[in-house]
Amino acid sequence: MIVREAVQNLNLTILAGTGPLDQEVTGGYAADLLSCVMAGAAAGNLWITLQTHLNVVAVASLLGLAAVVVAEGAPVPPETVEKAREQGVVLLSSPLPVFETVAALVALGIHGRGT
Amino acid sequence: MKYAALLSRMGKWSPFSKIHELIRELKVARVMTTPVVTISSDAAMADVKEQMRIHRISGMPVVDDGVLVGLISTADLILALEKGETGRPIRDYMTTQLILAQDQEPVLEALRRLETTGVGRLPVVDKQGKLVGILTRGDVVAGLLQALQQAYDEVEKAQGQPRRFFEALESDETSLLLRYYVKVGDFTHGGQASARLKQALLQIGASPQLARRVAIATYEAEINLIIHTTAGGQILAELRPDHITVVVQDTGPGIPDVNLARQPGYSTASQVAREMGFGAGMGLTNIERCADDMDIWSVVGVGTRLEMIFQVPEDKL
Repeated sequence: MIVREAVQNLNLTILAGTGPLDQEVTGGYAADLLSCVMAGAAAGNLWITLQTHLNVVAVASLLGLAAVVVAEGAPVPPETVEKAREQGVVLLSSPLPVFETVAALVALGIHGRGT
Repeated sequence: MKYAALLSRMGKWSPFSKIHELIRELKVARVMTTPVVTISSDAAMADVKEQMRIHRISGMPVVDDGVLVGLISTADLILALEKGETGRPIRDYMTTQLILAQDQEPVLEALRRLETTGVGRLPVVDKQGKLVGILTRGDVVAGLLQALQQAYDEVEKAQGQPRRFFEALESDETSLLLRYYVKVGDFTHGGQASARLKQALLQIGASPQLARRVAIATYEAEINLIIHTTAGGQILAELRPDHITVVVQDTGPGIPDVNLARQPGYSTASQVAREMGFGAGMGLTNIERCADDMDIWSVVGVGTRLEMIFQVPEDKL
């Protein structure tokens, strides 16, 4: 499954990073604490979060994540979008809450480390 | 050796500076045509025509008794042909206002002269003023292409053997020290130092796995500097062929109980920091997980020094 397929299936809005949408998704991780993400998310993962601060981009970039999915249509500050664009980080927005977003991704066959 | 040249040997990120340097330093002597076909000023213009035909050239220096006295080109020959004066000596038609190139000057300088003056060729002389060759735009193009090829070959070679940089320098042990400064409260640039360090590691040929491990651990320490310090701090990454040491130090406030701080989940982060997703109390735990070895020294009122060591798998840096 590539990022683009997830975008189409879940009706996600692309906020930044239209370029690398063909990247393979290796799994998923959901959390709002950055250190947990640092510890738990693997390269190529989708990260589902409600965090929208600039540091989200730094974390995604350092980990080499496939995309950040901001859940519940949470408003994303323009500086975060700008930074994501700069760093080539794919930033997506889901209208669904975290739980439903994760459930929809799992239904598509995207799993976490334990499953 | 120049510092830039030294750095360019290290690996991937500076092929352009290497190429730039090679082109800038390319001397006229390397690209000029030599030996050069010359003709005497006593010869007839008809002889010029014959020489040009034989050698397939469009101009040549005029030399009398070993001294360069002028230049004769197809334009001069056409003029003689138009007037039906091909029997006249060359000295009546040759150009004596000579625009020259020095054999030891950079090709780019000579090229600029070709462009600004509009002449087709520059006779090349040595320090003593003796004619040693001739330079046309064609020579310059061929020379630059050759230099580019050489630069690419060198860069490719350097990329294939990143360790060689460490081994090539005369010392008992060579390392590279990278410094990053982190300001307190600068959440906007949080993670930038770690990202730059990661980039630098990849540039010198570290494996993505190693670069990632170092970046995650350094990120946690960098965020600690932003959240907790009184005046920010600095990150020093020392790169050795077999291991990387990252030291993160600040000037306070210091950690009262280091063992407590190392416990997973323990955090003193402010509400503001927590709202941004920090303060999970997992920073030092993450560092321990990523680094092969780590140590913290901290004195309240003095500061904190965190040292992380990452072993480099054989032939991965």
